[in-house]
Amino acid sequence: MAHEAVIGLECHIQLRTRGKMFCGCPAEFGAPPDTNVCPVCLGLPGALPRANRAAVEAALRLGLALGCAIREESVFARKHYFYPDSPKNYQITQYDRPLCAGGSLPVGEAGGERRYDLERLHLEEDTGKSSHPVRAGDRAFSLVDFNRAGVPLLELVTQPVFREPAECAAFLAALRRLVRWLGVSDGDMEKGQLRCDANVSLRPAGAAALGVKTELKNLNSIRGVERGLAAEIARQRLLLEGGGVVGQATLSYDVEHDRLAVMRSKEDAHDYRYFPEPDLPVLRVVGAVLEAARAGLPELPWTRAARLVGRYGLSAHDASVLCEQRELADYYEACAAVADERLAANWVMTEVLRVLHERAGSIGEFAARVPAVRLGGLVARVAAKEIPGPLAKQVFGWMLDEEGGVDELLARHGVRAMGAATDLRPLVLEVLGEHAAAVAQVLAGSSRTLDFLVGQVMKKSRGQAAPQVVRELLETEFARRAAGESPPRAPRGGP
Amino acid sequence: MAIQRDEVRRIAGLARLEIREEELDRIAAELSSVLDYAGALKRLDLAGCEPLSFAPPAAALRADEPDGRCLTAEQALAMAPEAEGGFFLVPPVIEGQDP
Ligand SMILES: [Zn+2]
Repeated sequence: MAHEAVIGLECHIQLRTRGKMFCGCPAEFGAPPDTNVCPVCLGLPGALPRANRAAVEAALRLGLALGCAIREESVFARKHYFYPDSPKNYQITQYDRPLCAGGSLPVGEAGGERRYDLERLHLEEDTGKSSHPVRAGDRAFSLVDFNRAGVPLLELVTQPVFREPAECAAFLAALRRLVRWLGVSDGDMEKGQLRCDANVSLRPAGAAALGVKTELKNLNSIRGVERGLAAEIARQRLLLEGGGVVGQATLSYDVEHDRLAVMRSKEDAHDYRYFPEPDLPVLRVVGAVLEAARAGLPELPWTRAARLVGRYGLSAHDASVLCEQRELADYYEACAAVADERLAANWVMTEVLRVLHERAGSIGEFAARVPAVRLGGLVARVAAKEIPGPLAKQVFGWMLDEEGGVDELLARHGVRAMGAATDLRPLVLEVLGEHAAAVAQVLAGSSRTLDFLVGQVMKKSRGQAAPQVVRELLETEFARRAAGESPPRAPRGGP
Repeated sequence: MAIQRDEVRRIAGLARLEIREEELDRIAAELSSVLDYAGALKRLDLAGCEPLSFAPPAAALRADEPDGRCLTAEQALAMAPEAEGGFFLVPPVIEGQDP
């Protein structure tokens, strides 16, 4: 019997706030261990938590962007469990009345997005960070740093809407783009700013009921999500097709060794004993706060990609590439404002992205060096056929390390763009004079020989001529000769 | 509402408390009386009463400013049974087993 997988994701998004979720400790990454801790985040008796306004606003921003229903009165709850990285023995989270419910995330290229439905989005706090067990003599222990304990997190839970690991990977990439776009999180999976757990079950293809699910934890890269899910689906499929049953369990996946490990089986499934957090008031989102959050939302990435298609005539793919980062889309639009829109898109996607990749820099750093209007100025000259492509790429290279506009750079490097026909006409006549046989072939109708002559003129210009212009000049010249006009004399040599 | 011995065992397990067998009956009776006491609230007619309302939102939320009230690592670790190199030393975090 063929089985299909049903997957739901739980994503944790670390919010980019200055302070922690319920106390005034810095939420920064990389401080010496156990220095950003206080009575509140260590859960010392008598300490009182208070929710961080910026975290609530970030949650609203993401919730609104995802089209969630925002609950006017949501409730914080305690989730109890004992684990060494939890200093209070409970986590403050939201349970039966989360801040945001429903909504969906569009994934895919402009116009062809698929929306994946969400169950909820709620605020909670992070745990501390524990080391792998250390062995010393006959003892084993872990080391815990509580700097991360209490850092604000958003938990996003999807409906069980995925069938393939690749869909989950694409979803996660789209979520990462969105949280960065909205400025709510840096979304760096390597730093744990975006984490993903998955619920996986298999069922006979087409069946309505869900099979027994397992939970896959710590899928901490997009590759890990895809490969971990593939491994777990393969494991369950093998069990079911061998006539066995899947046992409820929590597993972890080690992407380095492509290995699954059981963390808990059903026998010790948790009973979290949720109850409303008595130390925190109901979280009330009044209309004005909600309106402010709505007004502060930028144009969303999928809306913007659709606009780039409609306004600039870009392909869905190109628009999606440019909307991969908000700053990149901003850069492109500033460039397109002063240059040909499609050519600008090509330049940003090939040259700018290549440089970002090679230099491992951000678009912000790049824009500080080559502002969009500066690149736009170059692209405009290319579009006007004043500067040939190969020379323009050279100018672009100079732009990265030098000051100055296009003309200044050309002058500094002793290069003159041979854009104008008046510059090139003498070269064209020179080449025609040197290749009498080729001229006869073109007059007899050989277009390949015309290409050869274009190449010869380009060579004489040392790559500084625009091939389009050369071709047009040659064609004009041949049209004249075909009409029986006598060729003007070439400046040097000649027939 | 009477709490049974099994429930006491289960609650003790969840709370990581060790309860001796001879204590079970006493604790079951005590927990039952606590629940009965809270159960008195159920007899009140609360129709038309708003749930308890807390402080207004402006006061409830904290500005996103670090407040400089962190403990030093020394202060924090002084409360730990054991510490090492600035870290709390805890029982080993369990590793997984083959499925
Ligand atoms: Zn704190």
